[in-house]
Amino acid sequence: MQITIRGVTKQFGNFAALRGIDLNIASGELLALLGPSGSGKTTLLRAIAGLEPIDGGSIRFGDTDATRLSVQERRVGFVFQHYALFRHMTVLDNISFGLRMRPRAQRPAAAEIRRRSLELLNLVQLNGLEGRYPNQLSGGQRQRVALARALAIEPRVLLLDEPFGALDAKVRKDLRRWLRQLHRDTGYTTVFVTHDQEEALELADRIVVMNRGSIEQVGSTDQVYDAPRSPFVFDFLGSPNVLPGEVRDDGVYLLGAAAPFEAPNGLAPGPVDVYARPSDFRVVEDDPAAIAGRVLEAQRTGTLVRLTVLLAANGQSVEIEIPHPDPEMRVWLPSDRIRLRPAHFSLYRESRPAPARIVEDRSAAHSAPGSRVRGQ
Amino acid sequence: MPGFSLTLGFSLTYLSLLVLIPLAGLLLRSAGLGLTGFWHVLSAPRVLAALRLSFGGALAAAAINAVFGSLVAWSFVRYRFPGKQLLQAMVDLPFALPTAVAGIALTAIYAPNGWLGAPLAKLGIQLAYHPAGVVLAMTFIGLPFVVRTLEPVLEEAEKQLEEAAATLGATRWRTVTRIILPAILPALLTGVALAFARGVGEYGSVIFIAGNIPNVSEIAPLLIMIRLEEFDYAGATAVASAMLIISFTLLLAINLLQAWRRRRGT
Repeated sequence: MQITIRGVTKQFGNFAALRGIDLNIASGELLALLGPSGSGKTTLLRAIAGLEPIDGGSIRFGDTDATRLSVQERRVGFVFQHYALFRHMTVLDNISFGLRMRPRAQRPAAAEIRRRSLELLNLVQLNGLEGRYPNQLSGGQRQRVALARALAIEPRVLLLDEPFGALDAKVRKDLRRWLRQLHRDTGYTTVFVTHDQEEALELADRIVVMNRGSIEQVGSTDQVYDAPRSPFVFDFLGSPNVLPGEVRDDGVYLLGAAAPFEAPNGLAPGPVDVYARPSDFRVVEDDPAAIAGRVLEAQRTGTLVRLTVLLAANGQSVEIEIPHPDPEMRVWLPSDRIRLRPAHFSLYRESRPAPARIVEDRSAAHSAPGSRVRGQ
Repeated sequence: MPGFSLTLGFSLTYLSLLVLIPLAGLLLRSAGLGLTGFWHVLSAPRVLAALRLSFGGALAAAAINAVFGSLVAWSFVRYRFPGKQLLQAMVDLPFALPTAVAGIALTAIYAPNGWLGAPLAKLGIQLAYHPAGVVLAMTFIGLPFVVRTLEPVLEEAEKQLEEAAATLGATRWRTVTRIILPAILPALLTGVALAFARGVGEYGSVIFIAGNIPNVSEIAPLLIMIRLEEFDYAGATAVASAMLIISFTLLLAINLLQAWRRRRGT
């Protein structure tokens, strides 16, 4: 079922939870709503379900105007973070609840309801547990019962509100993989809310990054990760290092670098923020566009080395992560001198109120190898 | 289990001193009558009427409180409105008020010449000096038991359960009957049992409004008092023992029902 959201607004008192959301959800896709708490992601999900009345805009399910439908009529499968299972009912009664609540004319016969519920129980791999009560199940099992219960009504769309938020890391990982598989097998249009970027990247086809009631960026996981459209998105999808830089006629100079990187077209000269993830840096020997620093801390974790580097130009510390595939490889020690160069970065202008920065060290410019630069 | 024998020993001693020994004395005293004498006292029409009124009235009052007490608790938990704290405090008043004061107040208002009694009398409804008045007083003193036991449970009942039921297509009515009611039923039963027990044992607030007409609006506790004043100790203890046995049986049944429900999940 294709879902079309247009100009949806929602206000809680003085707080604007949704400020004009436009979003198309394709039939059969697995979409993540990603954002920090208070970004409006859960409100949007609840608005789609009809659990939260909206103040303005429209939500359409295919050709149907869903805003005119009650929660009961929308036929959405909703999975809550804390499962919301009916404690006084067995697993089977929980799963069959939606079918049993149908108006008499549309309700299948009791035997058929039982058959379908057992089939769903099988789908969520909980065969044999139909007679248990929710408090006799583990968290992961409960969430799977909740999912089966939501699927029983053959929903137009499956909505999951931080479905793995209450589970421990190991179970969460297993359930993620399993949900991905389930989505592939059943093909339900699925929207889930998460504040965990890793979960969004691992599970979703597309990611909607939300911030303060608005959508910051919509795109495939690759698009959102590789070309974050705003500093916020970049920040949310990783822990970036923000380096001061300057765009000049011949390219972009990192603070203290002797040579520029190639700047994207159309960027006017002036100061710029250079965003780079720890894994975007390379250690180089002699590269005029690189920046110099001293190792402050070095820690190897498996195949990675994490370094904290103090930049010579402005005393800023930078976190970098470099692969360490080879035990013979050189080990970095604190106070070692090092030269870094970001292999990938994004440039943003006036992304935030500029903190006090040290004045740039202008040294002579050299030509530099071009670098892949994304976005602006 | 460490401390088991100590705590159990203490509990048993404590219960014995406070409850068991006095009540055993009561039963012993009435046993002096012998079974036939006991039966003779109880089968008197006046005694039977009093027992019927006490237990029937308490049951009716508890049932009324089950419905309206639930509504009060619901509105306290689910809605915010001006004066809520004031109303909250008022619910507790029957706990704190000397029961005689409550009885006199109720009588003053519902007597045929009272504020509410007069217009009701015009409609042909008599509350004071009538079994209905007994139920009224018992309802009054039982209300806080239902409200106060239900409130925390309603507070805890997740709103998400209702939302889940709604997304699954359940109408509001079916959500109430299939989801909310089963969730609060144990607490409701407890509250009703407490209200009922209080109603059976109530004396002060009832006797003023009841009018105490033998065979009509005379409650069992009052009959016990009357027997005592007549120095008919055996008769008094016989009625008291009957009350004790009936109350205990009913409360035990409710407790067993609760335990049975608890075993089935929830």
